[in-house]
Amino acid sequence: MNKLKRFGAALALCTAVSPTMAEQFTAVSFGGAYGAAQQKHMLDPYMKKTGHKILFENYSGGIAEIKAQVESGNILWDVVDIEVIDLERACSEGLLEVFPHDTLPAGDDGVAANKDFIPEALSNECGVGNIIWTVLFSYNDKTIKGGTPDSIDDLFDTKTFPGKRALRKRPQVNMEWALLADGVPKAQVYELLATKKGQQRAFAKLDTIKDQIVWFDSWSQAPQLLNDGGAVMVQSANGRIFDAIQSDNKPFKMVWDAHVYDLDVWAIVKGSKKKALAEDFIRYATSSRPESGMQEVAYGPTRNSSYAYVDKAVIPKLPSAHLDEGLQASGEFWADYGESLGEKFNEWLLK
Amino acid sequence: MQQTALNTESTPTANANSDSLSELSATEIIQSRKIIRRRKLVAFAFAAPLIIFIIVSFLAPIGTMLYRSVYHPTVAQLVPATLTALADWDATNNDRPDDRVLNIFAVELKQLAHDRRSGKLAEEINRSLPGSSSVIKSTARKLKKIDQALLQQTGADKLLSLKPQWQNVEIWRVIKKSGAVFTSSFYLTALDLMHNANDEVVARDTQIYVKLYLKSLKIALLITLLTVVIGFPLSYYLATAPTKTANILMVFVLLPFWTSLLVRTTSWIALLQTNGVVNSVLQTLNIITEPLDMLYTQFSTVIAMTHILLPFMILPLYSVMKGIDPTYLRAAMSLGAKPIPAFIRIYLPMTLPGISAGALLVFIVSIGYYITPALVGGTDGQMISNIIAFHMQSSNNWELAAALGSLLLGAILLLYWIYDRLVGVSNIKLG
Repeated sequence: MNKLKRFGAALALCTAVSPTMAEQFTAVSFGGAYGAAQQKHMLDPYMKKTGHKILFENYSGGIAEIKAQVESGNILWDVVDIEVIDLERACSEGLLEVFPHDTLPAGDDGVAANKDFIPEALSNECGVGNIIWTVLFSYNDKTIKGGTPDSIDDLFDTKTFPGKRALRKRPQVNMEWALLADGVPKAQVYELLATKKGQQRAFAKLDTIKDQIVWFDSWSQAPQLLNDGGAVMVQSANGRIFDAIQSDNKPFKMVWDAHVYDLDVWAIVKGSKKKALAEDFIRYATSSRPESGMQEVAYGPTRNSSYAYVDKAVIPKLPSAHLDEGLQASGEFWADYGESLGEKFNEWLLK
Repeated sequence: MQQTALNTESTPTANANSDSLSELSATEIIQSRKIIRRRKLVAFAFAAPLIIFIIVSFLAPIGTMLYRSVYHPTVAQLVPATLTALADWDATNNDRPDDRVLNIFAVELKQLAHDRRSGKLAEEINRSLPGSSSVIKSTARKLKKIDQALLQQTGADKLLSLKPQWQNVEIWRVIKKSGAVFTSSFYLTALDLMHNANDEVVARDTQIYVKLYLKSLKIALLITLLTVVIGFPLSYYLATAPTKTANILMVFVLLPFWTSLLVRTTSWIALLQTNGVVNSVLQTLNIITEPLDMLYTQFSTVIAMTHILLPFMILPLYSVMKGIDPTYLRAAMSLGAKPIPAFIRIYLPMTLPGISAGALLVFIVSIGYYITPALVGGTDGQMISNIIAFHMQSSNNWELAAALGSLLLGAILLLYWIYDRLVGVSNIKLG
């Protein structure tokens, strides 16, 4: 009888936790150390807790693949980790489902979700902020000559700090840095970049170091270039450099001046057959404790309550501790000018 | 029988045919036709999988691509009523359309925002008028909250008060223009041209695609030339060497052919990078003091692609040379020709079909090459295929990508036609 009761209680618990049978859905993110941290702190615990199965795939960002799936009606992905720069566009083009922000659970300290998340994390109706990450520049302590660079001006100063600079081959961040190094105040950067004059000024500044630039296409190349001597300073996602310092003991130093930060969000692809489940997963993944796991790769959690779980020694190394020094990437600006500046940038490269 | 009678009248050849057939009886003729028909059917059945495969995987996608580059109904589907209302508005005029049009547009934009399709319109308009994406999106967001009946009356005022840009005649020109279902604008862009306000074709501010086409052409020609220069002596040696040596050497030619393309490209990265094998060797030998920049340049693109495409040149050359009887050359020399003239006047012309075939293969494959320039090309090693990929993957301008791809296809067909005129395709020999 006792056994039966216990069985009944277990059964009741099961149905309470997962009202449906174990299901399977697909989540997509950026892989690497970041993907591994998500697997460890978000996907694995969720699968263990609910019994559902998540297929975890990698992509390299952008909305082309999501667009192809939605337009052909062949939806293969359910949950995607997407950059805010792309989110704005994907959401307004109807490629993503609207996420009900009011269903997000309160933080572990009891603060309601809408107060607990930083405002940027919930500013778009299609997604929930997952991490704060940033693009900064880093140098190799072993190969740098001429002192220790500490500001964005030093990146453009090839006299004091001779050697190659590696930048990602796209207008984003590079245009912002050029204007900042040319003395434009942060608040005016995007306003100025929207004008022809501002764009010319940015290209003129980039011209001063053009022959010293090595271009790369994927963040994974950044620490590699810094390590094998391909460049003395590289532009990089902060997590990649952090990982190289932490796991491989590389003599890399990060410069926080003028870093351009952005958020990554979890969102659901429009037309997903597992929408309810996907929402449930996002609610779990963005709750206080799973969020805090992102500090392993130096990406900042988007809710305040998560910092209770973050190692105090790591906090100064997270982008969230350096927001004053940085500039927030403007999703709206890049939705407006991404394509035309992309063309102009390519034209400039060919000159 | 009636059939034969008809044939007799039609042409003399048919006449001759029916004469020779006249010895056969009518039933025999019918039977023989049946057999022929069945054979044709069997032959077709054998070829059918290939034909279907080619249609599905080759002709259909190319057809869709060509169609996509001119057929662009997105804006026409999004704001049909506005476009109808804009039809009588003179776009060359410097006044914006009247309030009636703006009212209609406001109502349609509200509906789009409601259906979450305003971003699509924003993207389309932004393409011709950078900066308008945020104007359209933010207006749409705010219109969503305004009552429809009110918009029908005062939509124009609302638009103008939300964003002053709606006063601008330029945005309405663009809306009207992108409303055309069939458009040549993507082809114009692909040729660095555009329509101005007065509908004249003028050069665009950004000049990029023509340059890239010419560069791809240049790189492809250079690679073709290099493969001939490297491939010719090697094939000659292979064709004249004893079978055993030739077989071993042939394996060395084919081995890289069987290795993954990515592996071969990345090994070039290892060789050419700043502290790579080549630079280290040159530095230890004291030939250079500072490492050379070889990777991420046009040089690395050309060298890696030449390596990858070399078998395409060697294989046809080898098989053609193998078929040339060495006695010709000996005969020429015994008749008094010096070795070099004998080679140039006797041997070389006979290898031309092989050079032709190899050159054509290498050239056509290399002009549209994507992965190697993407990996080792850096900036000045980029080819037209890389910008097509950019528009497919990053900027989501599939129509422009289609136009660029169609132009590339057209250029290759044109070159092929010129080639046929000059050399003659029938001269090609693959083996």
